[in-house]
Amino acid sequence: MSGAWWTPAANIWWLVLLKCVVLLFVVITTFAYAMLFERKVMGWMQLRPGPNRVGPWGLLQPAVDAVKLILKEDLTPKTADPLIYRLAPFISLFTAFSVYAVIPFSEPKPGSIWAIGDVNAGILFILALTSVGIYGISLGGWASGSKYPLLGSVRATAQMISYELAMSMSLIGVLILAGTTSLAGIVHGQLKLWYFIPQFVGFIIYVITAVAETNRAPFDLVEADAELVGGFNTEYSGLRFGLFFIAEYINMLTVSCIATLLFMGGWNAIDGLTFIPGIVWFLVKVGAFMFFYIWLRSTFPRFRYDRLMAFGWKVLLPIATLNLIVTAVVVAVRG
Amino acid sequence: MGRKKLYNVGALLAGLGVTFKFMFQKKPTIQYPSEKKRHAPRFHGLHELRRYEDGKERCIGCELCSSVCPANAITVIGAENAPGDRRSPGERYAALYEIDELRCIFCGMCEEACPTDAIVLTPRFEMSEYRRGSLIYSKDRLLVPPEAGVGTAPDDRPNGIPADLGSVAEKKSTVDWHEGYDATWRGSILKTQTKGLAEE
Repeated sequence: MSGAWWTPAANIWWLVLLKCVVLLFVVITTFAYAMLFERKVMGWMQLRPGPNRVGPWGLLQPAVDAVKLILKEDLTPKTADPLIYRLAPFISLFTAFSVYAVIPFSEPKPGSIWAIGDVNAGILFILALTSVGIYGISLGGWASGSKYPLLGSVRATAQMISYELAMSMSLIGVLILAGTTSLAGIVHGQLKLWYFIPQFVGFIIYVITAVAETNRAPFDLVEADAELVGGFNTEYSGLRFGLFFIAEYINMLTVSCIATLLFMGGWNAIDGLTFIPGIVWFLVKVGAFMFFYIWLRSTFPRFRYDRLMAFGWKVLLPIATLNLIVTAVVVAVRG
Repeated sequence: MGRKKLYNVGALLAGLGVTFKFMFQKKPTIQYPSEKKRHAPRFHGLHELRRYEDGKERCIGCELCSSVCPANAITVIGAENAPGDRRSPGERYAALYEIDELRCIFCGMCEEACPTDAIVLTPRFEMSEYRRGSLIYSKDRLLVPPEAGVGTAPDDRPNGIPADLGSVAEKKSTVDWHEGYDATWRGSILKTQTKGLAEE
């Protein structure tokens, strides 16, 4: 392997790099239009038309928003820890993007999977990375050196750790059923029956905890505009605020992808509709979850903090554990 | 009791149903710059100074509007008509006619006081400017164009009171809602659209 860049062995890496670049653009574009979609849908639910001034049907709104954020001043408070303050948004963004390295999108031919890397411990990799993502939010709030961000980051730490437990518990039920931690393997296991039917309790718990994990309403206590101004991102402005913003939406997309892969059969079609390609099925299911999260946001008010904690520890975690035990016993008894 | 209410799943689903239903409802938004709300027929907006059909100015420079104005927004300085070149049917005309639209409270008392129906309030309401001074409207912006005159001019009666006073007052101004109107006096920037007019 004496490093010429055109050897067949090296070409594999070039291919991976190319895939990464393409996927990065796809994910960023999806983020931009997910944001527009959210503003539109929330507008409709509040009897407003939503953004419609920039471009036809408001379609150029994301571009204008991006230009606005880039041109704004990038402020750093005097009391902030400059290095960590500047680094934190990148931690959030980096972990949010990295997850897409292992997410399989479709399988056009048996054995060829659309993914940058089809890792056999895919779901564990994703859980590990999203946990690192919490550091972005916690450190960002901590390093701002002011009180609201600090409260926001304290909440972030407590909330995300509490809900991550129930979330992992709800996912393990699926892993037991599938007998693998590979995402493609889990999707293969759902050819006959999508796991949201046998794992209905786990599915509900996952959907709830996923909202809490991505800090979205009604679990957005980390940002809580009413009490904490903007929570962990109060002091951030301009592009650095934009990075947190992107990370939040991409995390939303990630949890929708996981829900699709683990519970809704991934790219598997409904019986009789197999002529529609798998990637379309995947995107439709992810889109449905995205819509659901937006729907939740425009419907429910924010939780009170003690109730959030009580709900996580006293309701979700016990039910998730019970679900896990029952699943394990049933799988063991049936062999 | 608290717990029972907190985990009332039926209520949560009902809430989701409400927002979902709202998503498909007709939106009451009026897309303002391109659509405008229909307002009352006698809405008090920007003033205009009218003319007779022959192009003579209706204003006779009597300064009644200026005296009655509760906000002291109107300044009128009258002058004698030159014998060969009459600006108005009466003896006098308004050499200077200025309204400070920033002081004006749009009460319409000038309109009521005017003996010749010269000053009227139109439904125009978009008067934003970048400078305060630009909101002092003088005759160049208040006076309608010569072809927009209404009513027959009176004979050269010394008192200058038009013969058809009263019947002209019915036609309020050069602005007609149903036809659409110029949003600003100085240019036909935007026309109202019939489809945008909210139903009463």
